[in-house]
Amino acid sequence: MGLRKFLDKQEHHFQEGGRFQNWYALYEVFDTFLYSPSSVTRSTAHVRDGVDLKRIMITVWLAAFPAMFYGMYNLGFQANDVLATGMQVEGWRGFLIEMLGGYDSSSIWDCFWYGAVFFVPIYAVTFLVGIAWEILFAMKRGHEVNEGFFVTSILFALICPPDIPLWQVALGISFGVVIGKEVFGGTGKNFLNPALTGRAFLYFAYPAQMSGDAIWTAVDGHTGATALSIVASDGMAALQEQISWMDAFLGGMSGSIGETSTLAILLGGVLLLATRIASWRIVGGVMIGMMALSFLFNTIGSSGNPSFAMPWYWHLVTGGFAFGMIFMATDPVSAAMTNTGKWAYGILIGLMTVLIRVVNPAFPEGIMLAILFANLFAPLMDHFVVQANIKRRLARVK
Amino acid sequence: MEHYLSLFVRSIFIENMALSFFLGMCTFLAISKKIQAALGLSIAVIVVLAITVPVNNLIYHYLLADGALAWAGYPDLDLSFLGLLSYIGVIAAIVQIMEMFLDKYVPALYNALGVFLPLITVNCAIMGAALFMVERDYNFSESVVFGVGSGVGWGLAIVALAGIREKLKYSDIPEGLQGLGITFITVGLMSLGFMSFGGIDI
Repeated sequence: MGLRKFLDKQEHHFQEGGRFQNWYALYEVFDTFLYSPSSVTRSTAHVRDGVDLKRIMITVWLAAFPAMFYGMYNLGFQANDVLATGMQVEGWRGFLIEMLGGYDSSSIWDCFWYGAVFFVPIYAVTFLVGIAWEILFAMKRGHEVNEGFFVTSILFALICPPDIPLWQVALGISFGVVIGKEVFGGTGKNFLNPALTGRAFLYFAYPAQMSGDAIWTAVDGHTGATALSIVASDGMAALQEQISWMDAFLGGMSGSIGETSTLAILLGGVLLLATRIASWRIVGGVMIGMMALSFLFNTIGSSGNPSFAMPWYWHLVTGGFAFGMIFMATDPVSAAMTNTGKWAYGILIGLMTVLIRVVNPAFPEGIMLAILFANLFAPLMDHFVVQANIKRRLARVK
Repeated sequence: MEHYLSLFVRSIFIENMALSFFLGMCTFLAISKKIQAALGLSIAVIVVLAITVPVNNLIYHYLLADGALAWAGYPDLDLSFLGLLSYIGVIAAIVQIMEMFLDKYVPALYNALGVFLPLITVNCAIMGAALFMVERDYNFSESVVFGVGSGVGWGLAIVALAGIREKLKYSDIPEGLQGLGITFITVGLMSLGFMSFGGIDI
């Protein structure tokens, strides 16, 4: 336990009056990261469960792992599948790939390593830039750095397109953390999901690098449409020619890093739902809303717009629907708090997602904007649920 | 019918007065602290818009537009330079009537809205709707739909903002940003959410 002793020995420097008291937040980050703090929440707010914020956040982090590992493998697989033999990736990434792997799309290790060479820098930049902002705010505002950032960082990294330039990653996470969260006072006090705020900022600020067909495979100059844009332009039949439903469910297609495999996401989702960290009401609401509107569109039909014919089970496995539903919509801070509100909030997300995907020609994918839109109305839904409750109970008193 | 429905949806969501044109900001920021007051104000704005836009439409088409006075024997007269003046006059008159009505029948709302009720007169969203109506050449029934729709859209936005601001009461906002500063940031983020409709063409 030398490390523990070392940390204890240094602690007095960081406390009030010490030499580095302004840096207490930084010390606290390392200390909490390495050792579980003895001071856990004991007040009545958490009386129903032994869970504290740290454990919640770590669980979400773990739940994102299947999607992350599969995403890395798939990123490499998609790229190697495209790269003709003899073609190489240039620069430092190419050097790293050749050092430990190759370009063989049938080798799991090669694909995984290729993916890691692209994903790990994105994640590292997200994490370092974000944590720097967190520590800066924590030092200046006198609060502690919160474990919530673990979740924000991994979710943000997983919803980036593989080809994204690293400076944009830094810019996006900065916007998400500072404007989306820290100006409101940190974790638990924001009203929009910080990871999605950063992603949406990038999406509107740099549409050339964040949308279109050229960014979904980590190979320079290669264009490959995502499943949703194939449907939007050529219809369901064209998509089914390329991949089967099972492929899409398992994740063998291009897309943002973490969103491709519905199976891997649902594995994490089961963990979140079983531990009750994600609300099953929200997930249920999203499914109901999505199914209802896609049924409606299927029935109406349209001669000009092929997306109308997309059935609900395809909506589920394409694009970021599953990822958004499991990891983003269920964010307990920006979602509705009341049970009825959660249903309404989930259903709104489901409806909006399908609406944007099918009706809006500007955006092929809708889950990101749908969740942000529902975040805006979540406090209002809670307000009306609470008011209705008060009214009902007042009537009982009379 | 379908045409009116799509105009209605468009004026609520896609061309939202507050969050995509940023009109009516002064009231939007000032009366969004409480959901109840915001609800009242949004109803007032919907009523005012639903009356003034069609009335202004009639005035434009039968008095001001080029050749509109043909029925009175002046086919060459173009009074459209009087447009701004007439629209604001109509708006002021209707707001005045509504103020008296609220004072008499809904005093609670009258007190909650305070000085901002007469200020609806100069609410840019209402003037803006009248000008959009002229610019886009709506006929009478379109102007009714557009008036109600843009009122509902503006109201939806302010009620949502009030909901968020009530939630933000529990936030820990840096000193320099408290009050209007954070509200501006909030409105900016809200309009990011509303961009999900940008590009829909119905």
